[in-house]
Amino acid sequence: MSGERKIGDVILRCDNISLSFGGVRALTNISVDVREHEVLAIIGPNGAGKSSMLNVINGVYHPQEGTVTYRGQTRRAMKPHETARQGIARTFQNIALFKGMSVLDNIMTGRYTKMKRNFLWQALYWGANLREEIEHREVCERVIDFLQIENIRKTPVGRLPYGLQKRVELGRALAAEPDLLLLDEPMAGMNVEEKEDMCRFILDVNDEFGTTIVLIEHDMGVVMDISDRVAVLDYGKKIADGPPEEVRANQDVIDAYLGVAH
Amino acid sequence: MLYREAGQFKTSYQKDQAIFPIRQDRIAVWALLLAVFIAVPLLADDYWLGSIITPLLVLSLAAIGLNILTGYAGQLSLGTAGFMAVGAFAAYNLNIRVPELPLIVDFLLAGVFAAMVGMVFGLPSLRIKGFYLAVATLAAQFFIEWVFTHVGWFTNYSSSGVISAPPMHILGMTIDTAVEKYLLTLSVVAVLALGAKNMVRSRIGRSWMAVRDKDISAEVIGIPLLSTKLSAFGISSFYCGVAGALWTYCYLGTVEPAAFDLNRSFQVLFMIIIGGVGSILGSFLGAGFIVLLPILLNNIAAMIGHGTLQADTMANLEHIIFGGLIIFFLIVEPHGLARLWQIAKEKLRLWPFPY
Repeated sequence: MSGERKIGDVILRCDNISLSFGGVRALTNISVDVREHEVLAIIGPNGAGKSSMLNVINGVYHPQEGTVTYRGQTRRAMKPHETARQGIARTFQNIALFKGMSVLDNIMTGRYTKMKRNFLWQALYWGANLREEIEHREVCERVIDFLQIENIRKTPVGRLPYGLQKRVELGRALAAEPDLLLLDEPMAGMNVEEKEDMCRFILDVNDEFGTTIVLIEHDMGVVMDISDRVAVLDYGKKIADGPPEEVRANQDVIDAYLGVAH
Repeated sequence: MLYREAGQFKTSYQKDQAIFPIRQDRIAVWALLLAVFIAVPLLADDYWLGSIITPLLVLSLAAIGLNILTGYAGQLSLGTAGFMAVGAFAAYNLNIRVPELPLIVDFLLAGVFAAMVGMVFGLPSLRIKGFYLAVATLAAQFFIEWVFTHVGWFTNYSSSGVISAPPMHILGMTIDTAVEKYLLTLSVVAVLALGAKNMVRSRIGRSWMAVRDKDISAEVIGIPLLSTKLSAFGISSFYCGVAGALWTYCYLGTVEPAAFDLNRSFQVLFMIIIGGVGSILGSFLGAGFIVLLPILLNNIAAMIGHGTLQADTMANLEHIIFGGLIIFFLIVEPHGLARLWQIAKEKLRLWPFPY
């Protein structure tokens, strides 16, 4: 469905990433490219290393071997807050919202790296700081509008149902206006209707803002529908990478999912 | 019926983001400010002003400080009194060693010194959390008390280890009566409380709460953990430091390091637990509860128990009732008096037609 969209150059390249925790090898020699404006799905059975891969990309984990190159800049170890400044945002598999804060405050937190005034200005809440707060509030209101959560903007997120919390978490990531958006199972635990909504938001984000999206998802129907490319991991190794139709027909992938006699 | 926001439409984000978006609240707050700045000094006697209301305000300020650190940034601290002591002794030493500085600058610098000490003792917070961090801040409490007791320079080699606040002058005015001290304290507390409220609804406050609620996603969003935690320690200790200076200058007059012992830290911690963790209003309510309730009980006891019960039985009863009330309020609302107040306001908006 999105074959015509201009998919640009590689903006993120992972070369020969290996990551282990003690004796457990989570990722073995994985190389993945992410191209600008594309939707890349990472799939694989449980424990295949999908989330570890995202954690490597945004700096939560530091791989023992291999390099991550983002926009031509190669890095080995970078803290998550530094990758955030470079325009990488993400959501989590288990909702990781700020429970004690309202929806609006959660989304405003996403603007953190874009706001500049120091704490003395903030203590005054006047002049430049007030202008800054309002300017960023406007951006957040656009996100709220986009996700259709206007009616709950002042509600503490702890009181919201699961599906809405997932949406707020997406909103928080979008408020940062990322170039690269990492979504860790954005549709886990949702009903069909909520999944459809979420798919629409993801595609709209991709279309309207040109955001590059890397997502992990288990629902194959969704994956085949919305992604431009699919990378398949199994036991920490990449076993396939290509357009959805090709991956679906790949014998290794079928074996990994259905199991095979060794 | 009076508490309605019908017809109050907000047409700008600035109005929507106001501290008191409802008109009735704004009127109430202005009335309250008029009362505390004008009516209270006229009506209250020196005993109430000097011995009850002024310390109440100072402890509220310390509670705001601790609330920033524990309530907003989620870093448990038992060093509050230690940081207050730093502020008290810094203000004293600045005052006698650099007499050219105006008193208000002394107070602010005292806060800055406390902030620096607070940040040093906040360093372990990157590694340890919760109760373990509380133990680390306990070290600050004992270390600071020890230093001020044993290093003579800080007390200007006073033989008793006690410092006496020199007379206060601000812009040529001498501040020595209870009313003047009260007004000075009130002004400082009001300005700093407003500053705290503004910070917690701005970027820095959101970063504190983000770190408190979910540090991993805070970091992924771009909030550096160490500097955010240190800013909470610094600003919190600034508030405690100014409170310590006020405690010395406006309340006690002469002070020894033991005035800032662990009990004081616990007192402030209980204030924010009862008042409301993560609430500026709660800091005042908690301080009011802890300071005023024993006095109220004492007066009630004196009224009804006069002659019927022995004095020591009476004193014990007061403690029992005080403790019982603390437990009662915490069971009714574990999130403190501020939450209770908020619920009351939500109910009042609908009263008398809740459906």
